Amino acid sequence: MSSLTGTWALARFAVRRDRVRIAVWILSIVVLVVITAASVKGLYPTQHDLDVAAAASIDNPAALAFNGPAYGLDTVGGQVAFQVGAFGLTVVALMSLLMVGRLTRSEEESGRLELVNSMAVGRHAALAAALVVVSAMNVVVGVLVGASLVAMDLPVGGSILFGLSFTMIGLMFIGVETVTTQVTESSRTASGLAGAVLGVSYAVRAIGDVGNGALSWLSPIGLVQKARPYAGDVWWPLGIALVLTVGLALLGAYLRSHRDFGSGLVQPRPGRATASPLLGRPLGLAVRLQRATVWWWAFAVLLTGVAYGSIANSIEDFIGDNQAVADMVAAAGGGASLVDSYLATSLLILAVIAGGAAVQMALRLHSEETAGRVEPLLATPVSRTGWMSSHLAVALGGSALIMMAGGFGTGATYAFVTGDAGQIPRLIGAALVHVPAIWVVVGIACALFGAAPRWAVLAWVGVAVGLVVAMFGALLDLPGLVMDLSPFQHTPQVPAQDLTALPLIVLLAVGASLVAVGLAGFRRRDIG
Amino acid sequence: MASELAIDVEGLVKTFGSFRALDGLDLTVARGEVHGFLGPNGSGKTTTIRILLGLLRADSGRISLLGRDPWRDAVAVHRRIAYVPGDVSLWPKLTGGEIIDLFGRLRGDLDTRRRDQLIERFELDPTKRSRTYSKGNRQKVALVAGLSSSAELLLLDEPTSGLDPIMEAVFQETIRETTAEGRTVLLSSHILGEVEALCESVSIIRAGRTVQTGTLEELRHLRRTAITAETRQPVADLGNLPGVAVVARSDTKVRLEVDAAQLDTVVQRLAGAGLVALVSTPPTLEELFLQHYDDELTADMAHGSGDAGA
Repeated sequence: MSSLTGTWALARFAVRRDRVRIAVWILSIVVLVVITAASVKGLYPTQHDLDVAAAASIDNPAALAFNGPAYGLDTVGGQVAFQVGAFGLTVVALMSLLMVGRLTRSEEESGRLELVNSMAVGRHAALAAALVVVSAMNVVVGVLVGASLVAMDLPVGGSILFGLSFTMIGLMFIGVETVTTQVTESSRTASGLAGAVLGVSYAVRAIGDVGNGALSWLSPIGLVQKARPYAGDVWWPLGIALVLTVGLALLGAYLRSHRDFGSGLVQPRPGRATASPLLGRPLGLAVRLQRATVWWWAFAVLLTGVAYGSIANSIEDFIGDNQAVADMVAAAGGGASLVDSYLATSLLILAVIAGGAAVQMALRLHSEETAGRVEPLLATPVSRTGWMSSHLAVALGGSALIMMAGGFGTGATYAFVTGDAGQIPRLIGAALVHVPAIWVVVGIACALFGAAPRWAVLAWVGVAVGLVVAMFGALLDLPGLVMDLSPFQHTPQVPAQDLTALPLIVLLAVGASLVAVGLAGFRRRDIG
Repeated sequence: MASELAIDVEGLVKTFGSFRALDGLDLTVARGEVHGFLGPNGSGKTTTIRILLGLLRADSGRISLLGRDPWRDAVAVHRRIAYVPGDVSLWPKLTGGEIIDLFGRLRGDLDTRRRDQLIERFELDPTKRSRTYSKGNRQKVALVAGLSSSAELLLLDEPTSGLDPIMEAVFQETIRETTAEGRTVLLSSHILGEVEALCESVSIIRAGRTVQTGTLEELRHLRRTAITAETRQPVADLGNLPGVAVVARSDTKVRLEVDAAQLDTVVQRLAGAGLVALVSTPPTLEELFLQHYDDELTADMAHGSGDAGA
């Protein structure tokens, strides 16, 4: 047991150090489930409403691919499990793999673990502590999810099983990350590999669920969904998940003891000895540092657009005669057709996501500065404005690119379903109408960074407000004044509304002023 | 006259909130010299260099770098300088070679032959991603990037921290080549042997203020020389001379500390008593440095507070 000495102390330290992060992860997941359950109860108050919703989903390939198998959709519990669905399980898996990577490989990579291991701490203690902490997080998630659903009057057995399926998907991806962290020296690569496993799991079960469901057994997400909470309550698939988890964790520990500290099973390939011509100007550097971010966001938004576009044509079946849902969608555009309203709402949500990407890219300015990488750059003949503009250009251009990807994804599947290729340029154009609002959010990040760098993270507030207003504004019946706080709300909601230039010009002007404030502030302040 | 000076700073003050990091600092560096910049941790060396780079704005004081104001004319000044930080933070995904090229191109004076030569001399593997470099190797990346430039002024902020003694020797050799070309170096360092080997003149700062500046020769004159002598007959009355302290004496042996001005008198008296053996040790930079550091400790204790050294 000496190889585990110190596990308890390290676990307590990890909880202490990451207490905010841990709490945010757990609460976000629980809140996601609770909000979904509340909205299901609100949207489908009668059995008739549930029956209509079930009929719309049960043979809709897009909905099945997106959420999971259709079990017990004519019950409140079944709808909750379906709508939280594969997405909710994915978030739990993401939490688990990122936390394990953070507590193990990141620590090793930074050199901190070397210091810890030099003390009276067993060789496997750090890994064991990470497994204990993240497993406990998943248990807490499962208990809270189950308990809050019981509290909302859902069947007890199904609620416990549903909570347990959250715990088990998390545990399996703890196992996956434990293996991938042994492969390379980099924690980012480790989480990337585990994320790829997650992506494949999602895709495999999507194909399986659209078909006869057999393929879904091969996916960890599909496996836990076979537990059918609220629709028969089958417990034994979670037993398979437990066996898989233990197997993966043991494999990880075995690989860990067969590699050197700090190294991976795969040795890193040497990189370039000299820089490509791109790396010679600030913009080239900014593009190089951020291009992976842009591509990943564009890919994610493209896929989301594909999902939205694929169900656009059958939106009327989905909604049926449910007035609450129809109101929500129609809030986007007064007299427009339901399909156009739906498309406009979809693009709005894509715009808020792209806004999040844009803030992340703009705040790269801040993280570069706090990491101390700006000073040597500004000690060369690069001007402050030149350096700051390089990352701004990436944020502005990158977010426009991401919106194009989203518009293309939505348009491509909608065009496929309707057989009208003209939908592709139409929806790309409609997506780009949102770009000025996204640039306002970039402007907020820029102004904060330049003029009040200590408050730079507040740039996320703009996106958060945008998200709440876009998703729940109509549902919660927020007052117009609150809705107006979201820059995204001022964009003409094309194609439901007509395109008007004035709001876009005003948004561009606001964005430009915010950027000017940021640049002026940055020219005047101390660096570092 | 001003054009003779690469760096000319007078009365520099910089505060961070209520903390006074620089408190009237003076610094002059003549063109073509290697100037040592010494001071205990937290005395304001890095803050001074950041102000010289135009990254921080001074609250007051006169600053001229190569005849210009580094805050107002940052870009113009930066075309003529190179900077090597002591705490190097690199982009984890870029290789050492890419980072060296990036800085060379941003400065606009990438000299590939010089770069390859330095990479070889410092035994750096430029194909590794900087995430995997050790502290010493990160430092080498910054050194190669800075030293491969043709800048006329090099600002080096503890540039050899983390280097092994062999690389330290390579560094000193490279700096000598640099100054042979008539370029100027400001070398902030804790390694006093390095400063003694490279610098013609030094400035010692403490608590944001310059306490001593001059050539190493001049500074040595301010410090007493240690003398151990054995004579045939006992020497009397040495302790009465001004500027002489007797540390220990027995019948015919004596250990003294002597001011430069009194050396002549003392040696004549020792000779008069019939010298048998004589050892004379000039003050080391370490003693000069510690002298100021000791004063600081004493001053702190006298004030009953520790604010001077923070």
